[in-house]
Amino acid sequence: MDNILEVSNLKKYFSGQKAVDDISFNIERGSIFGLLGPNGAGKTTLIRMITGIFYPDEGRIMFSGKRFDPEMDTASIGYMPEERGLYKKMKIGEQAVYLAQLKGLSHAQAVASIKDWFVRLEMESWWNKKVEDLSKGMSQKLQFVTTVLHKPKLIILDEPFSGLDPVNANLIKEEINRLSDEGSTIIFSTHRMEQVEEICDHIILVNKGQKILDGSVAGIKNEYKENLYSVSFTEKVLPEHTAIHLFDVVDKGDHELVLKKNADFSTNDVLQYFMHKGLTVQGFHEILPSLNDIFIRLVEGTPRARQFDKNLN
Amino acid sequence: MSKIGLIIKREYLTRVRNKTFILSTFLLPLMMILFIAGSVFFAIRSHEKQKIAVVNDPGWYQTSLKSDSTQISYLFGTEIDSSNYLSKGYDGVLYLPKDSADSRYVLISKKQIGLEAKGGIERQLNKALENHLLLLNGINKTTLDSVAAVSDHAVSLVNVVTDKSGNARKANVGLAYGIGFGSGILIYITMFIFGAMVMRGVAEEKMNRIAEVIVSSCKPFELMMGKIIGIAGVGLTQFLLWVILISILTSAMQFFIPHDTLVEFQRMQQSQQPLPGGPGNNMAFKLLEARSQFVSGVNWPLVLSMFIFYFLGGYLFYASLFAAIGSVINEDPQEAQSLMLPITMPIVFGFIILTNSLNNPNSAMAVWGSIVPFTSPIVMMGRIPFGVPETVPYWQLIVSMLSLIGGFLFTTWFAGKVYRIGILMYGKKSSWKEMAKWAFRKS
Repeated sequence: MDNILEVSNLKKYFSGQKAVDDISFNIERGSIFGLLGPNGAGKTTLIRMITGIFYPDEGRIMFSGKRFDPEMDTASIGYMPEERGLYKKMKIGEQAVYLAQLKGLSHAQAVASIKDWFVRLEMESWWNKKVEDLSKGMSQKLQFVTTVLHKPKLIILDEPFSGLDPVNANLIKEEINRLSDEGSTIIFSTHRMEQVEEICDHIILVNKGQKILDGSVAGIKNEYKENLYSVSFTEKVLPEHTAIHLFDVVDKGDHELVLKKNADFSTNDVLQYFMHKGLTVQGFHEILPSLNDIFIRLVEGTPRARQFDKNLN
Repeated sequence: MSKIGLIIKREYLTRVRNKTFILSTFLLPLMMILFIAGSVFFAIRSHEKQKIAVVNDPGWYQTSLKSDSTQISYLFGTEIDSSNYLSKGYDGVLYLPKDSADSRYVLISKKQIGLEAKGGIERQLNKALENHLLLLNGINKTTLDSVAAVSDHAVSLVNVVTDKSGNARKANVGLAYGIGFGSGILIYITMFIFGAMVMRGVAEEKMNRIAEVIVSSCKPFELMMGKIIGIAGVGLTQFLLWVILISILTSAMQFFIPHDTLVEFQRMQQSQQPLPGGPGNNMAFKLLEARSQFVSGVNWPLVLSMFIFYFLGGYLFYASLFAAIGSVINEDPQEAQSLMLPITMPIVFGFIILTNSLNNPNSAMAVWGSIVPFTSPIVMMGRIPFGVPETVPYWQLIVSMLSLIGGFLFTTWFAGKVYRIGILMYGKKSSWKEMAKWAFRKS
């Protein structure tokens, strides 16, 4: 498998606190990868090691098959931190050129790329404005553009949709998908599960500095499914219809049931049972847990998430 | 362009294009020159001649109180008193005491007379009294006149400094004092101004949260050094523009001085005559003389190159410490204040040593103050105009320069360590102790 990033046994301790404690994972080239975790789980520290801002205490990062070299490889990475930042007094065009040049683009390349992006996101008129004149959503868009305009192979977005209205959030989502189609790999760090389900191919979940979940979205949902099914009928459901050891009733409506199937039986057994009872099954589908449910279930029991990934000492 | 080059360029350009930079660079010297030129202009022009009637002259004052061509004219003996002097066209009445032991001289006038005029009258009265007493005590008039001809010219002490091989050089203590004080104080002020600029810039980047974006593209050290060097460039640009502007404006200054004064000054300078003490021309002559001495009396290439060295060295020494503070502070400005104290103290201390060493450039305090890098940029600049190697031996200069270089290499290393951690740390208060811990722990 072609992995753009391979992280193995990464550790970072801050005066005894284990911000990142032995985390390993791989990211396939061209995929959209979800890095999930509650606040203070160690996501930011992990990202800072991948972007070369921090050196790991232990462990190894491989980037594009070679050992990660912050000096060389940061030009292939675009990072949008959760705490957005731009120079407020600087003109937008100049600022974008500056940030692109820091990533190794020539002045001409930078200008061309920025013009391209500004046209696409309808920001052409912004060039000579200052950041302090922009609304929060607008500067958010600008931040996104400055993150991706040097065509990085790996794009790391920390909470990219926070503070965006639905229209702009959709716009950015489309751009993320487009970048992914063009071959960029995207790491998407968030605690907003519904977005992850929609966008990500593969996720890991970290908590307390450790990885507690790793897999494809579908695979994880399957793994954590609870044999819940929703069944709807033409006839009214009566209590005598459900007195059976095949399943437990979780929820009951006039014409439908949510049931938890006993693992010893198949879905066909359940269907046969209803047919036998003379009920006409109109709909039958499995209820998979949302990532949100899984997340909460796994993270529960750690009452207060640690807050130290920003407090280094 | 390298990353650090890009950062320097940005730091430099955003500041140089700033309106306050342009205003302060162009307005400050302009205002200074206008102030000097204005005061010269008014010193020359505003003296209307004062007519003063002298009352109660016992006879011998008249020979000594000489009417001055520009300022004061005395008239004796006509029936004038304090009630009618205005109607007779006088500006004041001077009552002389009847008894020569009485020192109460009273001048009655409608308007208050100027300080210079008052001093002039007092000098002349003293002289008259002195001459009178000398004559009374048996000195004859011819002797008195010949003595007066000599002593009218003020004594001027010329300090000639010789080096080992016996070559003599005229020392100009006043000028050395002025230049030493001027460049010392300039370094003192700019260290604060540009140091604070670095600190604010770093803190702003941290608060803006752009620091994290930038350090994902370059090393934190590059970001810090880029800022420090960029701002140093701003400082040098400002000095350069000031030097250019001041030399242009001082050349233009002579247009404010009347032409005949200028010609007379040049003639006297060529014939090596001492300057006349006339109160009206005093100011203009002094200024012209100061300017000509200013240009010729100092080893400018040495002073200027040392100034640039000590400005840059002192700036680098302290700016990196200011950067370290900027990187650990949060929104609270109080925090910066308390962290800055250990840095501002030695700078202020350096200034105090400077004022002492200007009076005694070879005292132990001056020598050590000019070698220890915490104070050397300020103190050494106060000593250099007194002469290298006469006042400042070469070994002192070399040790001072080397220790300053070593000093800023150390502070930059220290600040780099602190900055790396501080720039990404939010919401936590830091102390110097903690900063030292970050710097010296093994990574």
